[in-house]
Amino acid sequence: MTATTAPADASSSGSQEQQARQAMGAPKRSAIYYVVSALGNGLVQAFLIIVALLWLVPTVGLLITSLRTSQDYSESGWWTVFTEPAQITFRNYQNILESDRIIDSLWNTVLISVPSTVLVVLIGAAAAYAFAWIDFPGRDWLFIVVVGLIVVPVQVGLLPDAWLFGKMGIYGDITAVVLFHVAFGLPFAIFLLRNFFIGIPRDLLEAARMDGGRELTIFRKVVLPLGWPAIASLAIFQFLWVWNDLLVALSFASSENAPITYALREQTRSFGANIDIIAPGAFLSMIVPLVVFFAFQRYFVQGVLAGSVK
Amino acid sequence: MAEVVLEGVGKVYADGTRAVNNLNLHIADGEFLVLVGPSGCGKTTALRMIAGLEEISEGTLRIGDRVVNQVPARDRDVAMVFQSYALYPHLDVYENIAFGLRLRKLNKDEIDRRVKQAARTLGLEEYLHRKPRALSGGQRQRVAMGRAIVREPAAFLMDEPLSNLDAKLRVQMRAEIARIQRDLQVTTIYVTHDQTEAMTLGDRVAVMRKGVLQQVAPPQVLYDRPANLFVAGFIGSPAMNLVQGVFSRNGDDLTLTLGDQSIPVPGKLLEERPALRGYLDRPVAVGIRPEDMEDASISSNKSAILQSTADLVEALGSDLLVHFSLNVPQVVTEDTRELAADIGADEVPSGSTSRGTDLVARFNPRSRVREGDTISVAVDTERIHVFDAETGVSIWGDSDR
Repeated sequence: MTATTAPADASSSGSQEQQARQAMGAPKRSAIYYVVSALGNGLVQAFLIIVALLWLVPTVGLLITSLRTSQDYSESGWWTVFTEPAQITFRNYQNILESDRIIDSLWNTVLISVPSTVLVVLIGAAAAYAFAWIDFPGRDWLFIVVVGLIVVPVQVGLLPDAWLFGKMGIYGDITAVVLFHVAFGLPFAIFLLRNFFIGIPRDLLEAARMDGGRELTIFRKVVLPLGWPAIASLAIFQFLWVWNDLLVALSFASSENAPITYALREQTRSFGANIDIIAPGAFLSMIVPLVVFFAFQRYFVQGVLAGSVK
Repeated sequence: MAEVVLEGVGKVYADGTRAVNNLNLHIADGEFLVLVGPSGCGKTTALRMIAGLEEISEGTLRIGDRVVNQVPARDRDVAMVFQSYALYPHLDVYENIAFGLRLRKLNKDEIDRRVKQAARTLGLEEYLHRKPRALSGGQRQRVAMGRAIVREPAAFLMDEPLSNLDAKLRVQMRAEIARIQRDLQVTTIYVTHDQTEAMTLGDRVAVMRKGVLQQVAPPQVLYDRPANLFVAGFIGSPAMNLVQGVFSRNGDDLTLTLGDQSIPVPGKLLEERPALRGYLDRPVAVGIRPEDMEDASISSNKSAILQSTADLVEALGSDLLVHFSLNVPQVVTEDTRELAADIGADEVPSGSTSRGTDLVARFNPRSRVREGDTISVAVDTERIHVFDAETGVSIWGDSDR
C-alpha cells in the first residue's frame, strides 16, 4: 500500500516545482514516469527477472519437496530432482487428501478468512462513507479515535478477548476468530477507505442526491463503484493477513476449528518434522492467496476517476 | 414546472458569516432568471439553498405550492447542472442520463424513450455508449444538460455551467441553453459571474453583491436604468466610466462641470430625473458608458465635447477602444471598491490623483485616432447616468423609484 501511495505523494508535494517547470515548457515528469520508463530498459528487465527468480527459489524448493518422499528428503537435497526426475511422486498429496486433518483445516481457513474479509470490507466501507461524507456530531473526534486504534497491537487484545469470548460462550468457535479479525481489521480499513472516499468529488455525490438518491443508494451506486480500487486492495490485504494468521487462531480456535496454519504447526516436532505433510500442506495453503491476488490485481489499475469532472 | 419564490431567504454559517441576506425573488413559471455578481456575492449559495444542498437559515422557499425549506434535495423535483458537470465516471452517457430516472423507478421503456429523446435534442446519439472520460468538454456539458432535461423537473438550476468551456464553445452552448430552455419552458435559475451570459440568457437578471440583492430587472432595464453604482459598473463591457461632476443651472438647461472642463446638458435630464434638482451645485457621481462617447470629428454632436489625449487605442475591428484621462476626481464608494476587487485591481486609489480619472470610449473605426493624439470626445448627454456620490444610489425621481 505504501508502495502505491508514495509516488503519488512525491508528485503532489513537488507540484509547485512542476508547475514552474511546465511554465518553462518542460513536460511534467513524476516519479512514476521515471520508474515506468526505466522498465523498458533491457538491462533493468534482466535484473528484475534475476531478482524474481531468486525470490522464487524457496517456493520451487517447497513444491519439489512436496513431490518427493520423506525418505528422499532426509537423504538428498530437492535440487537432485533435476538429475533424477524419477523421484517425483504424488503420494504425499494423495495421503494429504485422504487425511481429514489437512483438508478440514484448509476448509476452516476458508471459513475464517472469507467472512473476516467480507465483514471488514462491508462495515469498513459503510463507516468510511459516513466519516467522509455524512455530517454528524463528534465525527472528527470519533475518526481520530479510530485512527488511533490502528496502532493497538493484536497481542493487547488476546487476554481480554479470550475472557470476553468465554463469557459469550463462543471461545474456540470460528465465530470468535472471525470477530477478533474483524475488530482488529476495521480501524485500518476505515482509515484507508475514508481517505479514498474523501477524494471523490463532492459534486458527484450532490448530483446523485439531486437525482433522487438516498444515502444508501449513493453509497451503492456511486461510492462503491468509484471506491473499487481501494476496496479491492483492502480486501486482498485483509484476506492475506487472515489467511496466513497463526497467532489469533492459536489463541482462540479449538483444535477442531483449527485453520491450516494451526494444523501444520501440529506437525512440526522438536527434532525434524513430518515433511511429507508440511510441504504439500504449506503449498496448498499458498495457492489460494496467489489465485486471489491474480484475480484481483486488475483492480489495482487506477484512473477510474478520469473524466468525471472538468 | 412551477414558480420558485424566495421570501426573506438568508444563509448564516456556523461561524456567523452571512452569505445571503434577506433575499426576495419571485421567479415565474417558465422564466429564465440569471443570478449574477462577483465571486463571493452569495449567488451560488442562494442556488444551493434552492437545490436543497445547503440548509436555509432564514426565510421561506416555495417551489410551486410547496414550502420546501425542510424537503430534502431528492424530493424537491429540481435538477441541477454543476459547474464541474459531475458526471458519474463509471457509467456511460446513456446510464448517466438515465441515472435519475432509474432511481425514480420509471419503467424501462419510458426511461429509454426519454434518454433517446434527450440525446436527440442535444446531439449525443452517437456517444450514448461512451464513458465520460472519452468525451470532449462540450460533450460532457451536453451530458450534464441531458441529465437535467430527462428528469422533466419543476425547475433547472445551473451553476456556472459554461465556465469550463473555451470561449468559442461557450458562445455556442450559450445559444443552445437558451434554445432548450425556450423549447421546454422550464423555470430556470442560472448562476454566472459573466455579465454577457447574464444579459444574453436571462428574461430577468438579478445582480447580487455581498449577499444582498441589488436589482432584479430585464437585461435592457438593468443596462438603461441601473439602480446603483454597483449594477452600473457591473453590467456593460467595457464598464461604465464613473467620474465626479457637478451639475449647475444654465437657464433652462444644465451645465455639467467635470474638473476643468464643462459640457452643456439639455434640461430634459431634470424631467427624467426630478430628484436631481436636489443635487445641483454639489458633487455627484456621473456615469458615461463607453458607447455613449464618440470621436467629435465624425460625430454630429458638436456641443458636448471633452478634450483630452488618447493614452491607448485598442482596435477591435468593429470598434476602437480609446483610453484617455480627465482631470477630475475619481468616484470611490463601497461599490466601486467591490468592482475593482472583482476585476483584480490591486489598489483602489482613494480620492483624486494627480492624473485624474481614466476613461474608455468606444469610437467608430472610421475615427483615425492614434495613441498620443489630442482627441475631442463627443458625449451623448441624453444617456448620462447620475448617482449619489456618497451612497451610490441612482438619482431618479420619487415618481420612478
